[in-house]
Amino acid sequence: MSAVALQLLQSLLVVLAAPLVLGWVNICRAWLQNRSAPSVLLPYYTLAKLFHKDAVIANTTSPLFRVTPYVLFGCMWLAAGIVPVLATDLPFAPAADIIALVGAFATARVFGALAAMDTGTSFGGLGARREMMIGFLAEPAMLMTLFTAAFISGSTQLTTIVETLAHREFAIYPSLAFAAVAFLMALLAENARIPVDNPATHLELTMVHEAMILEYSARHLALIEWAVATKLTVYMAIGFALFLPWGIAPAADWGALPLALGVFAAKAALAGAGLAFLETVLAKMRIFMVAEFLSTAFLLGVLGMLIHFLMRG
Amino acid sequence: MDSVLLAASLAASSCWLAIGVAGLLPAAPAFILRLLFPAGAATGLALAVIGAQAAWLPPSMLVLPLGLPDLPFHLRLDPLAGFFLLLLGAVGAGVSVHAMGYWRGEPPQRLRLICLQYHVFLASMAFVLLADDAYLFMVAWETMTLSSYFLVTTDHQRASIRSAGFLYLLMAHIGAIAILLCFGVMHGAGGDYTFDALRAADLTPFWANVAFVLAFLGFGAKAGLIPLHAWLPEAHPAAPSPVSALLSGVMIKTAIYGMVRAAYDLIGSVRWEWGMLVLLVGAGTTLFGVLFALMQHDLKRLLAYHSVENIGIILLGLGLSMVFFGFGHPAAGALGLIAALYHTLNHAVFKGLLFLGAGSILHATGLRDLNAMGGLIRAMPATAFYFLVGALAISALPPLNGFVSEWLTFQAALQAPLLEHGVVRSLLPLFAAALALAGALTAMCFVKVFGVAFLGRARSESAAKKEASLPERLGMAWLTAGCFVLGLFPAAMLHMLNQVGASLTGGSLPSEAIESSWLWLVPTTAAQASYSPLVFLLVVLAVVLITFALVRRFYHGRMRVADPWDCGYPEQTTRMQDSADAFGQPIRVVFGPLYRIHHHHPGPEDARPRYAVHVEDRHWYWLYLPVARLAEYASSRVGLLQRGRISTYLLYSFVTLIALLVFVR
Repeated sequence: MSAVALQLLQSLLVVLAAPLVLGWVNICRAWLQNRSAPSVLLPYYTLAKLFHKDAVIANTTSPLFRVTPYVLFGCMWLAAGIVPVLATDLPFAPAADIIALVGAFATARVFGALAAMDTGTSFGGLGARREMMIGFLAEPAMLMTLFTAAFISGSTQLTTIVETLAHREFAIYPSLAFAAVAFLMALLAENARIPVDNPATHLELTMVHEAMILEYSARHLALIEWAVATKLTVYMAIGFALFLPWGIAPAADWGALPLALGVFAAKAALAGAGLAFLETVLAKMRIFMVAEFLSTAFLLGVLGMLIHFLMRG
Repeated sequence: MDSVLLAASLAASSCWLAIGVAGLLPAAPAFILRLLFPAGAATGLALAVIGAQAAWLPPSMLVLPLGLPDLPFHLRLDPLAGFFLLLLGAVGAGVSVHAMGYWRGEPPQRLRLICLQYHVFLASMAFVLLADDAYLFMVAWETMTLSSYFLVTTDHQRASIRSAGFLYLLMAHIGAIAILLCFGVMHGAGGDYTFDALRAADLTPFWANVAFVLAFLGFGAKAGLIPLHAWLPEAHPAAPSPVSALLSGVMIKTAIYGMVRAAYDLIGSVRWEWGMLVLLVGAGTTLFGVLFALMQHDLKRLLAYHSVENIGIILLGLGLSMVFFGFGHPAAGALGLIAALYHTLNHAVFKGLLFLGAGSILHATGLRDLNAMGGLIRAMPATAFYFLVGALAISALPPLNGFVSEWLTFQAALQAPLLEHGVVRSLLPLFAAALALAGALTAMCFVKVFGVAFLGRARSESAAKKEASLPERLGMAWLTAGCFVLGLFPAAMLHMLNQVGASLTGGSLPSEAIESSWLWLVPTTAAQASYSPLVFLLVVLAVVLITFALVRRFYHGRMRVADPWDCGYPEQTTRMQDSADAFGQPIRVVFGPLYRIHHHHPGPEDARPRYAVHVEDRHWYWLYLPVARLAEYASSRVGLLQRGRISTYLLYSFVTLIALLVFVR
């Protein structure tokens, strides 16, 4: 029973804390850009405001358009429950390994793109097309980095990967270094961050994710924004699980939980600041440069995997 | 018990033949549509049940006193044949039900012929699976080719359909020659052509390799491997939609059956080099298929290219299996074979469903061109739902069935560290990468298909019409249910396929995988990997429902309907939505060198400016057209002999006779 409680606690924590992570990234970026920063709680205020508003739905849409925000939110909840954030003792974790996790993100992406096509406007199609292009480039890169970790630990189960990687002797794995760079590039693309997409722009020529959700308003938009924030936090958690697996509580050790929480907060604060730094020093690239960017990520992932086999063999 | 099953499957196959012949009776079309097609569907269901039973039982055999003197037909029902009978029966049943609605309004004369050819086609596929000697196998194989050729050319008044049919017939016979030669090689020196004798024949490694390559080419031509795929995107769209569903869902799977039968059963000892060949061709076929599918705007052509892609995915599983068996890792080899067979069944179900959906759209709107569709979800909500399920399944999204088999293929590829051969070990994950890329591209392609056809606003007057008829919807609902069952309860299928694989190769999954409960799919050990689609679905569903309830409870459900944002430009037309070609534009840019692209841009003074882009398959230019020119040149040379004068021909006969007298004696 306690395991189920822990499971629910972790999912709830990730989903509830996700806007905070986003708020932290935003204020870090404001500081770096010499602007005066908004409150770190601004994403929560925005969500509350959106939930209170009346929804406006385009008359060209079908019911799929209204279901999609809930589906996206559900997929991200599932992901938040599977990635070991606080502890590895998660009863739902065997329901999906890393491949199924990537599948859950792909499901969310496909529904988002379909909803965009559903609006019947040129913006919707433009956003969906670009989003799917980034998706098909980022997904294989993501899988390659995950496979590198899977080969090192002999498992595609995230909990097993964390337990193997966290308890090995400290050694630098060159394969993991390649995988980490590839993972970071895929993370930027999958979460619509600079240099691939700019979450703050509404300029027709450049927007990708924002073009897809242009027709959404009020509670639907709130759910989507919340799902996007959750996705970013979950991706960070996957990165910690693969590359900084220390501090996550092992199975059946409740005493380690407060420490795990603190360690996760520290890692997230650092990662958020790092993301803000990257977004400050990089410029958004032209849309077809993304293909080069992500194929580099893919090749780095493949190289990491080959290096693993070479060093072992 | 087992021979009862074989007799029952023989009876069911003969029943299909009888239904086909009954179709020729001079009765009203309602007799064919309301009685014969449902009877065919029921026969299919019976065959599926028989097949599912046979997959668990030892093989049984039967000799029929038919055929040539001293050359009776041998039949055999083993788990592999049982599994493919299950596939044929289950998909055939759904297609037959759909056909009841699809062929309403055909002229009686045409309907009678269709009924005959359709059921002969089904029966011949069953006999291909049941055959236990090369003779019956080839007879059934050729019957299958010919009956499907006549079905493909149902609309033979159109020249384009006649030429598509000819291409299909030609490629099928090139394949058939290779298969025939393969049987000849396997036969070796002595014995007869029963499969038992072929199994017993002791081939040297060289001749085993030759036999495998011939089988791979011969069956590959039927399956649509590159570069032998050219007939597929021509023949599938030419055929009526239920026939396309059978061609793509079932017939090309008999080629997979043939490959598995030849490699694992008849030739016997599988070599890892074969696996590498199959993997290379499979990866190429997968990527090529999906990249060309993304360029299509004819819905049925697009689906045909996806069949090429999915055959590639099946081959990836098969190739992994051969590599592992070749290096002596039966558990990993069994996993690869299971993944391949699972994907074979999954592809049959969802591709059958998608072709039926395309047929219903064609029937309701008269359209195959995606660029003229749009907003169909409003007129055809049920068809849209079924099509969406099929689209999500083929895009390998959890928790539907396409994901399960791709997941198993990934798991098989991740067994690479078992191998001792360093190069092969490092190469295997690259094939997993190809599979990942193909999966993501497929998702993009089906966002395009569903988004352009069903969502948004209608792009032409004819796009919005009426919902599909009840039988059509029933047929689609049956296959939709298949997508869910195969996706949500994969452990039962895993056990059955493990049985099939074990009976064929002796290799079986580890005991932890077999003893895991029905809820969890475990390919090797639970610590290594596990997946539970049911938990996956329930968690997402629960969150969706709870979120919905909470939002309603704490906020409100107020909503206004308004025009979409027009960007301050009020003159919006439906042509401003993304078309199918526009949606593929990023692919044309990223993968440009793979295609032959012709752009048509208007000049500055064009009174009626027109933009167009044509994408062509390079294989036509480096392979098919040169071969065709060579054949034409050769026949024009041979034609020199034919002077059309009787005296010349008599001279030839005379010279031949003299030559024979001199040399033979």
